[in-house]
Amino acid sequence: MKKLASSLLVLAWVAAGPAFAQLKLTITSGVTDPIPIAVVPFARAVPADGGVDVAGIVQRDLESSGRFKGMARTDITALGLAPTRAADVEVAAWKQLRNDYVVVGRLTSVGTNLTVEADLVNVLNGQVLPLNKKWTVTPANLRNAAHRVADAVYERIIGQRGAFATRIAYVSVDGQPPRQRYQLIVADADGENPHVILERDRPLMSPAWSPDGSMLAYVSFETKTSAVYVQNVATTQRSRVSARAGINGAPTWSPDGKKLALTLGGSGGNLDIYLLDLATQQLSRLTDDPGIDTEASFSPDGASIYFTSDRSGSPQVYRVPVAARERPKRITFTGSYNARPRVSPDGKQLAVLTLDGGSYRIGLQDLANGTMSVLSKGSQDESPSFAPNGAMVILAGRERGRGVLQTVSIDGQTSARLNADAGEVREPVWGPFLP
Amino acid sequence: MKHFLSTAVVLACLTVLAGCSSKPPPAPPPPAADNTGSTSGVADANANVDDTDAAGPSGELLSKRIIYFDFDKAEIRADSQSVVAAHAQYLARNPSQKVRLEGHADERGSREYNIGLGERRGQAVRRALLLQGVAELQLSTVSYGEERPAAAGSDEQAYALNRRVEIVYVK
Repeated sequence: MKKLASSLLVLAWVAAGPAFAQLKLTITSGVTDPIPIAVVPFARAVPADGGVDVAGIVQRDLESSGRFKGMARTDITALGLAPTRAADVEVAAWKQLRNDYVVVGRLTSVGTNLTVEADLVNVLNGQVLPLNKKWTVTPANLRNAAHRVADAVYERIIGQRGAFATRIAYVSVDGQPPRQRYQLIVADADGENPHVILERDRPLMSPAWSPDGSMLAYVSFETKTSAVYVQNVATTQRSRVSARAGINGAPTWSPDGKKLALTLGGSGGNLDIYLLDLATQQLSRLTDDPGIDTEASFSPDGASIYFTSDRSGSPQVYRVPVAARERPKRITFTGSYNARPRVSPDGKQLAVLTLDGGSYRIGLQDLANGTMSVLSKGSQDESPSFAPNGAMVILAGRERGRGVLQTVSIDGQTSARLNADAGEVREPVWGPFLP
Repeated sequence: MKHFLSTAVVLACLTVLAGCSSKPPPAPPPPAADNTGSTSGVADANANVDDTDAAGPSGELLSKRIIYFDFDKAEIRADSQSVVAAHAQYLARNPSQKVRLEGHADERGSREYNIGLGERRGQAVRRALLLQGVAELQLSTVSYGEERPAAAGSDEQAYALNRRVEIVYVK
C-alpha cells in the first residue's frame, strides 16, 4: 500500500495538466518581410469578458499566418496611447513606430451578450478601412468573435478570406503500446478550446469533416474490427454507417454532404472505393482493381475522386469520375510513393504524402502542369489537410519520436507548430468555414 | 493479479485526478452515446485487458501466435511456415474453433494505405490456413495497419516487430 501511495503522489503531479492533449501554437518561420501591425488592447467589458484578451488573440492569429508581425504588447503599453476607435488613432505616432496598420476595438455588454467592434487604420495614408461588421456573442464565444475580427482584418489587407474562426479535429494517443488510449478531439484552429468528442482504448483514425462542419466521420476499432461512424460534433450523437465484413476505412464526404466515399475490403481483403448514400444506405462501387485502392478525396465540384492505388506496384494517386464508368487516370509520377491525396479548395492543387529522398514529406502537385513541390521538412510527415481558404496546409509530423502537428503555408515560407503538452497528436483535419 | 489490480486503481485515480486539475480545461461535452461495447471514462481504464478472447492451444509451435513479415512484403517467410502449419492442423481438427487474424504494418507511409498492407498480410495467413484444410467460417481478418504497434520506436528493430500478423483464438 505504501508503494501505491507514493505512486499516487507522482501521478498527482503528472495529472496537474489537462486530462487531454492541449495544443500550443509556436510560429517557426514566416515571410521575410511581414506586414507590421499594432493590435491595441480593446476596451473591455468588465466583468462579462472574463478577462479574455481579444487583441492578443487577433494578434496571434495574424502572426500565425506568417504574413504579419505584431507590435509587442509591452511596447504598445509603454506608449501610453490606448485608442479604441479609429478616430482616436494618432496616425503619425504609430507610423513613426514603423507600423503599417493599427487595429483598435471595443467590447460592450448587451444584456447577457457581448458585442465586439473593431476598426482598421492604414497609418501610412491615414485611411480607415471599415470592417463593416460587429460581432455579438455569448461570453463563452468571445474567443470566436476575436478570431472573426482577425479574419476580417486579414481579408481587408491580404484580399483573401481568413480561416482563423475555423476548427480542426485530430487524434490524440496516450500510453505505451499495446495499452494506448485514443481520443478524437475538436479544437479551434489555433489549438485552443479543445473538446474530446470520443475516447476509446482501441484505435481511432481517419477523421473527416462534413462540408457544413457539423459532423465528423471516422474509423473506430472499438468492436475489434474496423467500422465507420458519423458523429455530430455538438451533441456527440453518433451512428455506425458501415460495419461490413473486412476493412471499413478512409471515409470522406461528398461536397454536398449526402454521401461518403469509403474503402471496403470484404472478407477477401481486396480494398476498393465505394460510395455510400447516407440517407438510403445504398452502396455503389467506384474502383475495381486487385491492388489496394484507398484514401479517396473529392474534387471540389464533386465530379471526381482522387485516391491512392498501388495497382502499378507502388502507391500513386489516381483520379476517376464519380458518375461515369471510366478507367482511373494516374496523376502522380514524381517518385516511388505518393499517397493520401487531398484536393485544394480551388481544385487546382493536390497535397500528397510523398517519399522525398528517403523522407516522408508533404508534396504539393500542380494539377494543371503536374509539377510537384515539397512543402514540409520532416522525415515522417503525413496527413495533409487544406485550410478552407487554401492558404495553409495542416499536417502531422514527428519530433523526437512524438507526433506533433504543423501548419505550413502553400508557398512553404511560413510554418507553425502545434505542440501537445502530453501524449502524441496525429491526423489533423481542418474544418470548413463556419457560418 | 494483485499487482494488476493496483495498477488499475492507480489508473482510475489518475483519470479522476486529471479531471480535478487546478487549471481546468473547458468542460468537454458528454462522450458519445454508445451501443457497441466499451464506454468512455474511468470505468474504461483497463478495458484493454481482453477477456473475450480465448487462451487457445498450448505447445511449442501452437503457443507461437505472431507471424513476422519483411518490409513491404506479405509473403509468409520460411521460418514461419511450421508455425502456420501447426495452427492449420489444430484448426482443421477443431472445426468449431475460430481465430481472428490481426494484420499490422510498420509506421512508415500513410495510415490508410498501411491498413491495406496489414490486410494483405492477414489475407496471406488466411489463404495458407485455408489451403491446409481450415474452413472459411473459422477465420476472420482485421487490419490495424500501423495503429497498434507491438513495439514503440522509429528504428528497424521496432519496424521488424511491428510488421506482423497475430493469430488470436476467439472464444
